[in-house]
Amino acid sequence: MSTIISAGTHEGGQELRSRSELTAKELFREVGSVLRLSEAEAAKLAEVQTEAPEDQTMIINMGPQHPSTHGVLRLMLELQGETVLRCKPIIGYLHTGMEKTGESLTYMQGGTNVTRMDYLSPLNNELVFSLAVEKLLGIDGDIPERAVWMRMLLSELNRMSSHLLFLATNGMDIGAVSMMLYGWREREEVLRFFQKVTGLRMNHNFIRPGGLAADLPAGWRDDVLDILESLPSRLEEYDILMTGQPIWRERLQGVGAITAREAMALGATGPILRSTGVPWDLRREMPYLRYDDVEFDVVVGEHGDAYDRYAIRFNEIRESMRIVYQILDRMPSGDYRIQNKKVTPPPRARIDESMEALIHHFKIFTEGFKVPEGEVYVGIESPRGEIGCYIVSDGSSTPYRMHMRAPSFVNIQALPHMMRGGLVADAVAVISSVDPVLGEVDR
Amino acid sequence: MSDGVETVEQTVATLHGCPLLDSHGQQVLLVPRESYVSVVKSLLADGYDMCIDLTGVDYLNMPNRTVGADIQPERFEVVVNLLSLTLRQRIRLRVQVPESDAVLPSLFDVHPGTEAHERETYDMFGIFFDGHPDMTRILMPEDWDGHPLRKDYDQGSIPVQFKGSNS
Amino acid sequence: MGLAQNVLDDGLGGIEHNFVTARIEDLVKWARSRSSWGASFGLACCAIEMMGTGASHYDISRFGMEVFRASPRQADIMIVAGRVSQKMAPVLRQVYDQMMEPKWVISMGVCASSGGMFNNYAIVQGVDQIVPVDVYAPGCPPTPETLIHAIETLHQLIEDGEIMRRREISGAGAGVELSPEVHATSPVVIGSK
Repeated sequence: MSTIISAGTHEGGQELRSRSELTAKELFREVGSVLRLSEAEAAKLAEVQTEAPEDQTMIINMGPQHPSTHGVLRLMLELQGETVLRCKPIIGYLHTGMEKTGESLTYMQGGTNVTRMDYLSPLNNELVFSLAVEKLLGIDGDIPERAVWMRMLLSELNRMSSHLLFLATNGMDIGAVSMMLYGWREREEVLRFFQKVTGLRMNHNFIRPGGLAADLPAGWRDDVLDILESLPSRLEEYDILMTGQPIWRERLQGVGAITAREAMALGATGPILRSTGVPWDLRREMPYLRYDDVEFDVVVGEHGDAYDRYAIRFNEIRESMRIVYQILDRMPSGDYRIQNKKVTPPPRARIDESMEALIHHFKIFTEGFKVPEGEVYVGIESPRGEIGCYIVSDGSSTPYRMHMRAPSFVNIQALPHMMRGGLVADAVAVISSVDPVLGEVDR
Repeated sequence: MSDGVETVEQTVATLHGCPLLDSHGQQVLLVPRESYVSVVKSLLADGYDMCIDLTGVDYLNMPNRTVGADIQPERFEVVVNLLSLTLRQRIRLRVQVPESDAVLPSLFDVHPGTEAHERETYDMFGIFFDGHPDMTRILMPEDWDGHPLRKDYDQGSIPVQFKGSNS
Repeated sequence: MGLAQNVLDDGLGGIEHNFVTARIEDLVKWARSRSSWGASFGLACCAIEMMGTGASHYDISRFGMEVFRASPRQADIMIVAGRVSQKMAPVLRQVYDQMMEPKWVISMGVCASSGGMFNNYAIVQGVDQIVPVDVYAPGCPPTPETLIHAIETLHQLIEDGEIMRRREISGAGAGVELSPEVHATSPVVIGSK
């Protein structure tokens, strides 16, 4: 029996039987956590007026419009009293046809489309799209250092703002409504910085193939330092407000537990996988940008429950702050985008002077640059897990097929297994701990 | 060239009996439909224990493409991305699916996490996955007609009075 | 001015300095505009900005909208924040129908107003194809300031009674009797001035 993975827990190393020896049925604790009922059948059930015996299970709907702030997720819950037996997440209420739209937008415009998928960490979406396009173009090794470090800076700040929003919504879902206001207060600081740099608070379209859209403005170091200096004391406050508090612990510890084998079988990545004890973080294991050059810890949990996921995200804010401090020290000077005539538009000032520059600019922005034929997949670590971009190019200026592997789409598959046997109130806590963003689930 | 002396080695590597290519530094395995599930199982035993992504591509508008290594290109392709946590490597499988018989065995028993991906591929392309526990639409309404990501499915834009618009 | 003393002694003679009069309709409109509660219909990115508007920095509690009621029965304004997909459209209509009169709709963001950048099969091209919209707020997403401007415009329309007048003409609304002025107004687009 070969050991494939050794998960470190506080009871010592746990050796997992290799997955190839198990079938799907054995991989789950109880058979049938997922309610396999189509929506049409469920609707018909609702109309049947029979005399229900006392112990009959009830199938109710949660969503798509519900006050939990995770968007339009609909859950069909099969309840026995207050206990959730089986559950089926029904998605598609936010399906925007982004992959189809992506086929008609040029590579320069692709960022605007892709950035609206995971709207809580838009820069990560743009980053993975740009990395994929750059790989196809063959320029991924030539991106200037400053552009790479700027991308890291923005990506980490985005991770911080996304996790702060997680703290806010998690707090609100559990009941600590004041956390909602505090989380948003911190997020505003980061969003203000983003507005200064990119021009927009959200959905920036700033990280583009070849580099970034513009350079960092003067005084950016002071702004980032202001954010970083105000955060630690506030994080301490949130620690006191939530982490040690008995109600918080009661509501989250042991809720929505999932094992490492289950998480890997379901394809869950990000905080869910790390909460089960598997120390898998793409920034550390398969580094992109310059993550192998900065020091940070990968936060790993033990029990795989909602409390671990909360603690992981909380501490990831601190780790991101560490990374940003290092970036502040080491940000190189240089160009913010590659000077490749094919990809980079000319500087705006030159457009007035030179006809060639004008034509060049025009061609890049209307027709778009052509990308050689090929296909590529790039995956990075977004706050929710592994986000990947699979692009097939046919040599023209628009992608032939653009597919995003959204982490929340896959993480939602873990919901029924986490909710099984819990109470309905725990269902809210579980959804909140998975932290799905329906924009990327439905694309 | 079939002369008796082997002067040039066959440059196409194989893995589990399927041609292995390199695409921008990434491993791509071209898998025939018949051995699809067994290859995935062998890869699982090799250490590729996470199925990260499963999606489809419709090559209707690229009829003269070459897949490589004498594989017959079909209209649809299902692309599976596997990840090995121990080897820190990805591998991509490309399976050709003909339009006339758009059925593929499901990977649900090997990788339960493909459930949602396969439903999405069915919804968007019409590729049916045999052995999937719940083969219904996931993104579009259940009674929707057509498979949106196919190339012969219109984008469905409303006409806009703007010259440069993509619609 | 003086204090309102000896009101009973003054009797009707003191009516000029002891009483303030107004029309009930004005008071009702004044109260309605300042205490409207929103139905939470946050769909996508605009929902995040809507939550940001409700947070402490851009506080809309100062305009009376601190609570976003989950139940449509208790809400006045439905802020459609985000793109409405084909699957979501019937749900949207159902929630709108469940709201009690008087009710108003703000279409937040370009996706709700016109389909936005997603001109394709999956998105309803403008939520006004499903529900009647009173105020459109453009932006992708609109910053909280834009949303506050939209809300304040709506509040002004409520307070002026202009909206009720339109409802009266079209036959819908709470059936409040108002002066029969006819305004051929169309919903106000922010930024058109």
